[in-house]
Amino acid sequence: MKSKIKIASPAGSATLSPEQVIEIHNLKIGFGDVPVLRDLSVQLFEKENLVILGKSGSGKSVLIKCIVRLLNPDSGTINVLGENVNKLNDRDLAKLRMKIGFLFQSGALYDSMTIKENLEFPLKRIKKNLSQKEMDEKIAETLENVGLSDTLNKMPSELSGGMRKRASLARTIVVDPMIMLYDEPTTGLDPVTSDEISSLINDVQKKYDTSSIIITHDIECARATADRMIMLKDGEVYLEGSLDEFEKSPDELIQSFFKPKKK
Amino acid sequence: MKSIGPVRKKIPKLPDVKKRAIKLSENVIKKTQKANRFFLAVGEINLFFWYTVKASFSRDFEFKEFLRQCYLVGNKTLPLITITGVVIGLVLTIQARPVLAEFGAVSLLPGMVALSIIREMGPVVTALICAGKIGSGMGAELGSMKVTEQIDAMEVSSTNPIRFLVVPRVMAATLMIPILVLYADALGILGSWAGANIKGEVNFVLFISQAFSAVGFMDLFPAVIKTFFFGAAIGFIGCYKGFTAGRGTESVGKAANESVVVASLLVILIDLVAVQITDMLL
Repeated sequence: MKSKIKIASPAGSATLSPEQVIEIHNLKIGFGDVPVLRDLSVQLFEKENLVILGKSGSGKSVLIKCIVRLLNPDSGTINVLGENVNKLNDRDLAKLRMKIGFLFQSGALYDSMTIKENLEFPLKRIKKNLSQKEMDEKIAETLENVGLSDTLNKMPSELSGGMRKRASLARTIVVDPMIMLYDEPTTGLDPVTSDEISSLINDVQKKYDTSSIIITHDIECARATADRMIMLKDGEVYLEGSLDEFEKSPDELIQSFFKPKKK
Repeated sequence: MKSIGPVRKKIPKLPDVKKRAIKLSENVIKKTQKANRFFLAVGEINLFFWYTVKASFSRDFEFKEFLRQCYLVGNKTLPLITITGVVIGLVLTIQARPVLAEFGAVSLLPGMVALSIIREMGPVVTALICAGKIGSGMGAELGSMKVTEQIDAMEVSSTNPIRFLVVPRVMAATLMIPILVLYADALGILGSWAGANIKGEVNFVLFISQAFSAVGFMDLFPAVIKTFFFGAAIGFIGCYKGFTAGRGTESVGKAANESVVVASLLVILIDLVAVQITDMLL
């Protein structure tokens, strides 16, 4: 059995602000008798892109769902922007969620609404003081940022997979979140579109000054976006370090992700 | 040769006793789990009901979504209700006429048909059709929203999904089903006049005035009141089943199916209670 390797200091921390935006301590969650996350501790620092790698079923998506309290952990604490997520009442939780953007694996665009209405939906509820004209301008600008200016009045069903992901990203960033959580942003996309999404993630981070957690098992996306990386295995942190440390790791599991497959 | 001795009762060997004890304890555990699941489901539905009631009185009522749902509920079922309403009146008249004619009481036909349509047939048949059409639609729509993480996306963007998705749907069903029932009643009486016209000409004004002279306030009022409960039950069950659908695509079909079954059953039970209460009041 392989021993766990842990590298304590985050790589690139010299260029990052030391301020933590998310701090997770001893997080445990299971479904029925099956434990999913066991004693997990993770930090996200300001303006960094943290990539969380891991095989399917390692608990990556469960982790970010716990951060926005879509799932309630069995034990452990999650502090987001100084607030203990599990102790917030509904109103405070809603306020905190306004500062967090969540890009779902499936995109999760509202089927019955046009792209414009999809973007208008969170905007109307979060930025209540905007006039209709300001809202329209904000929507047009955001769609332009993700390269979807001409889809304003289209329905989600009329868009391709990549366009839907971008529209979903636009819906997430239109409310200017401080933290972005990406749940497998490139899954199901071709390599060219995956690259486009990866560059969009970097653009969003630069333009909106966000701190991001990117859940993925797409190594190209991880290479393009990571400031720091964490590998999860069986609900525990298996390795934490920089991209370089991951690439050079002799560990078999790590190499199975990074080394090109023999044909 | 075998000797015949006293009959002895067979005592189970020790391993047999152990096996039986294990089987018994397994049965007890299974029964307890079933009871647990039942009480959990009861708790869940009560909690969902409480959240819906709470969200109904919130300040940010989604009026635009409520109007959209009213339009959808009415528009989806109108053609079906139109056909059913006319056919109920027609069938009731065609079947009742020969019996009444036997007793020389054909003149009672308009009143009898109007009473049975307004008090029972109109509300129950319309509600059952709506349970099939609207209940399954709501269950499937919300179920697929759940599967594709749209409900989660709504929650994450600081919108209470019960306030946006459930309250407008339940309210639209509660308001629209009584209107649809009244529409079906009117068409039923019209269908009855058409049925009466098959065997000889019947004056429309005379038919209608005879029909309404038999109907009193206490016939119409409880019948309309119970339809509000039918509507609320159909909307609530459709939304609840959709909202609590599982994660796989097959759960969408299951949610739609269960919505129809449970809502139809509830309509019949509410009708039973309503009839008992009306009977006590009259």
